[in-house]
Amino acid sequence: MIERSFGSRLFAYAVLAAAILIVVFPIYYTLVASTHSLTTILRPPLPLTPGPNFWENYSTALFGGIGRIGGVGVERLLFNTFVMAMAIALGKIVISILSAYAIVFFRFPFRMVFFWLIFITLMLPVEVRILPTYKVMVDLGLIDTYTGLTLPLMASATATLLFRQFFMTIPGELVEAARLDGAGPWRFFKDILLPLSRTNIAALFVILFIYGWTQYLWPLLMTNRNDMGTVVIALRKMISFADADTQWHLVMVTCVLAILPPVLVVVLMQRWFVKGLVESEK
Amino acid sequence: MARPRVTFPNRILPYLLLAPQVAITLVFFYWPASQALYTSTLREDAFGLAQEFVGLDNFRRVLGDPNYINSLQVTGIFSVFTVAVALGLGLLFAVMAEKLVRGRGFVRTLMIWPYAVAPAIAGMLWLFMFNPAMGSFAYMARTAGYNWDPLLNGSQAMILVIAAAAWKQISYNFLFFVAGLQAIPKSLIEAAAIDGAGETKRFWTIIFPLLAPTTFFLLVVNTVYAFFDTFGIIHAVTGGGPGKATETLVYKVYNDGFVNLNFGQSAAQSVILMVIVIALTAIQFRYVERKVHYG
Amino acid sequence: MATLNLSAVRKLYPNGAEAVKGLTFDIADGQLCVLVGPSGCGKSTLLRMIAGLESVTEGEVRIDGARVNDIGPAERDIAMVFQNYALYPHMKVYDNMAYGLRNRGMGKGEIDTRVREAAARLELAHLLDRKPSELSGGQRQRVAMGRAIVRDPKVFLFDEPLSNLDAKLRGQMRVEIKNLQRSLGVTSVYVTHDQLEAMTLADVLVVMNAGEIEQIGAPLDVYEAPASTFVASFIGAPSMNLLPLASGAFAGVRGVPANAVTIGFRPEDAEVIVAAGASTSDLTLDAIVEAVEPVGAESFIYARAGGDRIILRVAGRTQAAPDDAWVIRVPAHKIHAFGTDGRRLQERM
Repeated sequence: MIERSFGSRLFAYAVLAAAILIVVFPIYYTLVASTHSLTTILRPPLPLTPGPNFWENYSTALFGGIGRIGGVGVERLLFNTFVMAMAIALGKIVISILSAYAIVFFRFPFRMVFFWLIFITLMLPVEVRILPTYKVMVDLGLIDTYTGLTLPLMASATATLLFRQFFMTIPGELVEAARLDGAGPWRFFKDILLPLSRTNIAALFVILFIYGWTQYLWPLLMTNRNDMGTVVIALRKMISFADADTQWHLVMVTCVLAILPPVLVVVLMQRWFVKGLVESEK
Repeated sequence: MARPRVTFPNRILPYLLLAPQVAITLVFFYWPASQALYTSTLREDAFGLAQEFVGLDNFRRVLGDPNYINSLQVTGIFSVFTVAVALGLGLLFAVMAEKLVRGRGFVRTLMIWPYAVAPAIAGMLWLFMFNPAMGSFAYMARTAGYNWDPLLNGSQAMILVIAAAAWKQISYNFLFFVAGLQAIPKSLIEAAAIDGAGETKRFWTIIFPLLAPTTFFLLVVNTVYAFFDTFGIIHAVTGGGPGKATETLVYKVYNDGFVNLNFGQSAAQSVILMVIVIALTAIQFRYVERKVHYG
Repeated sequence: MATLNLSAVRKLYPNGAEAVKGLTFDIADGQLCVLVGPSGCGKSTLLRMIAGLESVTEGEVRIDGARVNDIGPAERDIAMVFQNYALYPHMKVYDNMAYGLRNRGMGKGEIDTRVREAAARLELAHLLDRKPSELSGGQRQRVAMGRAIVRDPKVFLFDEPLSNLDAKLRGQMRVEIKNLQRSLGVTSVYVTHDQLEAMTLADVLVVMNAGEIEQIGAPLDVYEAPASTFVASFIGAPSMNLLPLASGAFAGVRGVPANAVTIGFRPEDAEVIVAAGASTSDLTLDAIVEAVEPVGAESFIYARAGGDRIILRVAGRTQAAPDDAWVIRVPAHKIHAFGTDGRRLQERM
C-alpha cells in the first residue's frame, strides 16, 4: 500500500461526500417529502428535515382509502408487485437450473440446438417485440392474470448461462465419485449440485427479485385492471402535474413503499448481490 | 489430459429438464418475434379489415419518416450522454472509494441503492425535485433567475431524463469498476510508484489502461441499458415530449403500436431494434471471447 | 475378495482414437496391480473401463468371474480413489464416507460402525465433523481412502491418488496405501505415471505405452530385464543408458546378439577404470566427464562417450571432476541388447 498525501485523501473524501449526496439525495428527499403535509410540499422549497406528518401520511396511504388509485389500495399493489418479483425470481431460478443441468451433465441429440435456442433469446428483449407479444398474450387470455405477468419472463438466457458456467467448473471426478457412490441423476442434483449452487442461487435471487420488482413495460402491457397493476405502474397513474388534485404526500409515501423492499433486499443481501452481479456478467 | 465432460447416460431425462424453458421460449419469444418479422411486411387498410403484403415498403417508410430520424437522433444524444455521465461518475467514485482505508463497506452500501430503484421511479424522483410546480430545485433555479421548465423546454427535458437514467446506472458501474480496480495487482502500482510516477500519472498510465476491458464491457452494457431499459423513465417523466424532444426508439415503437395503432410500421421498427440488439450482443460476446483467450 | 480378468479389452472413441488396443491380463485375488506409463498411454481409460465410467468397445471385463461390461459403476462393487480426491465439498468427513452407504439403503447403525471403524484405521476419528476444505492434503487423501474402505468392495481402484501431494507426504502415503492394501487384502488396480510409485507398490507391474502393454511382471523382474527400450528408459531413475551400436564409440563388445542395434546398461552397473586395458569380454567406453552431482549417499556422473551422453551412479563420493578422461567398463552380463523393433533380444540375464 502506497501512502497517500493528505491533499489526495482530502480530495477523495470530498468527492465521495458529493457522490453519496448525488446517489442518496433523491431517495432521501422522497423520504422527507413523505413526512410532510400536502401544503408544505406544494410550497417549495421543501425542508431538508423530516416533517411531523409521518404517521398521518402513512396510515392514510395504507389504511385510509383516500390514497387509493382507481379503487385499489396500496397493499394490493405491493402484493401484486411482490408476487411478480418472487414468482419471476424463483421461476427463473428453477427453470434455468434445470436446463443448465441438462445441457452440462447430459449428452443427447440436438443438445447444441437447444443451447442456441436459449442463448438467442438474449437478443429478443420485450422491448423489441412489444406488439406481437401483446397479441400472443391476448390470444392466450393472459391479460390481467398473474400467469401473464410472470410466466413469460421466467425464461432467461442469462440465468441459464450463469448456472452453465458454474456447473462447468464442477470437476468431472465429483460426478464419477457420486456415480460410484450409487447416486443417479436425481440424487446427484439434490444431494450435491443444489447444495453447491447455494451461493449462486442466493446471488441470482437478489438480482432477479430486483428485476421483477422494477419491471415497467411488461406490467404496463399486461394489465388493464387497476387491481392487477404493480406499484410502479400505479405511481405513474397517480402523478399528474396538470392536475391540482394530485395527493403529493401520498404519492411520496407510495414511492417510499415502492423503493424500500428492493433496497432492503439489495442492502441486506449485499454480499451475494455484488458477487452475483459481477460474476454473472463475466 | 483433457477428458470429455463427465455425464449421465440418460436419454429422455435431459429433454424433460429442458422442456419448461424451451416451451416458454418458443411461445413467448420466438412466436412473437417471428410475428414481428411477418407483420413488418404487411400493411392494413384504414379499417383494419384487409392486409396486404408490401415487402420492404414499411421499412422504406419508417426510414424515410422525419419523425423516425428525429427519434434516432434523440436516442443517440440520450444514450451518449447517459453512458458518458454514468461511466464517468462510476469510475470517479470507484477510484476515490478505493483510496479509503476505512469505510469502504459503508460507501458501497450507500452506492448500491439506485440499482434497486425502478427506472420509472427514478424518473419520478428526479421529476419531483425538478418539476416547475413544486420541485425544490426548480424553485431554486427560478429564484436564481434561470428559466427552468423541463415540461415545456425540450433540452431541459432531455437533461432531466439523462440525469435520472445516469443516476440509476451509477451503482452498477461503480461495482464493476471497484471489482476491476481490485483485480489490478498492487505490485504493478507499487512498481510504477518506484519508477517515479505520481498519483495522477499512475492512474492514466497504469490503472486506466488496465481497466480497459471493464470499461469496454460497461460501455456495451450501458448502451443496451440506455437504448432499452430506460423506457420507463421516458414514459413516466416526459411521455416523449415536449413535442418529440425525448421520443426514443423504444418509446416510439410502443407509441406507434399502442397509441397510433400503426402495426406494420411498429413491427418494422421492432425489426430494426432487433438488428441493433443483435449487433450489440455480438460485440459484447466478441469481447468476452477475447477476454477468455488473452486473459 | 475377487479376481479381475480382462480379455481383449478395447476402447475406441467416437472420434476414431483407439485409446486401449485389445488388452488381456488377469489380476489374482488380493494382488495390487499397478498400471504405469506416460500420460496418454491409456492407463486411466483402462481403469475407468474397469470402474464402469467408460464403456468397453470390445472385449470383456470380469470381476470375480462375472462379466460386468453392461453393469453400472455403482453395481460393480468397486470403490475408487480419485486424483483430486473428489470429496463432496459441502459434506462433513463423516457424510462423505457415509454417502455411498446411504444410497445403498444401509441401516444407520451399520453405517456408523463402518465409518467409525474406517476412521479409526486411518486416524481420522477426530476429523469426522470437519469439511474437506478444513483438511490438509494428506488428510483429504485419507478421507478419500476411507470412502473407499467403508464400502468393503471387491476391488479398489486408484487413479493417481498421490500426484497432488508434495514429495515427502507422497512417500509417507505410499507406505500407508501399501500397508492398508496388504492388511485388507483387497484386489487393487493402481494407476500412476510415477515409476518409483509403481516399483514400490506393485505386486504386478503393467507397463503401458500407446494403448498397448509393453511388459507385465514383478517390479524387479521388469527392472532387471526390461522387455523393450521403452520399458528400459521408463522404469528406473536415472533411466538406463541406451546407445546405438552403430555409433562406434565402443572399444569392443562381445557376447551381444548379432542382430542387436541398441545396447543398454543401468547407471549403477558401470565401473570406472582410470587406465585402459580392460578384459575383452566386457563393454568398454572412452568417456569425458561433463558434470558431477554428489547427492550424499551416491554420486551421479554425467559424461560423454563418443556422440552419446551417459550417466553413471557410484556409491558415496567420487574423485571424478569435469573434463577428466575416463574409461568406463560394463560387465558383459549387465548389458541389455535390443533389436530393430526395440524389443529385448536376450532371454534372461
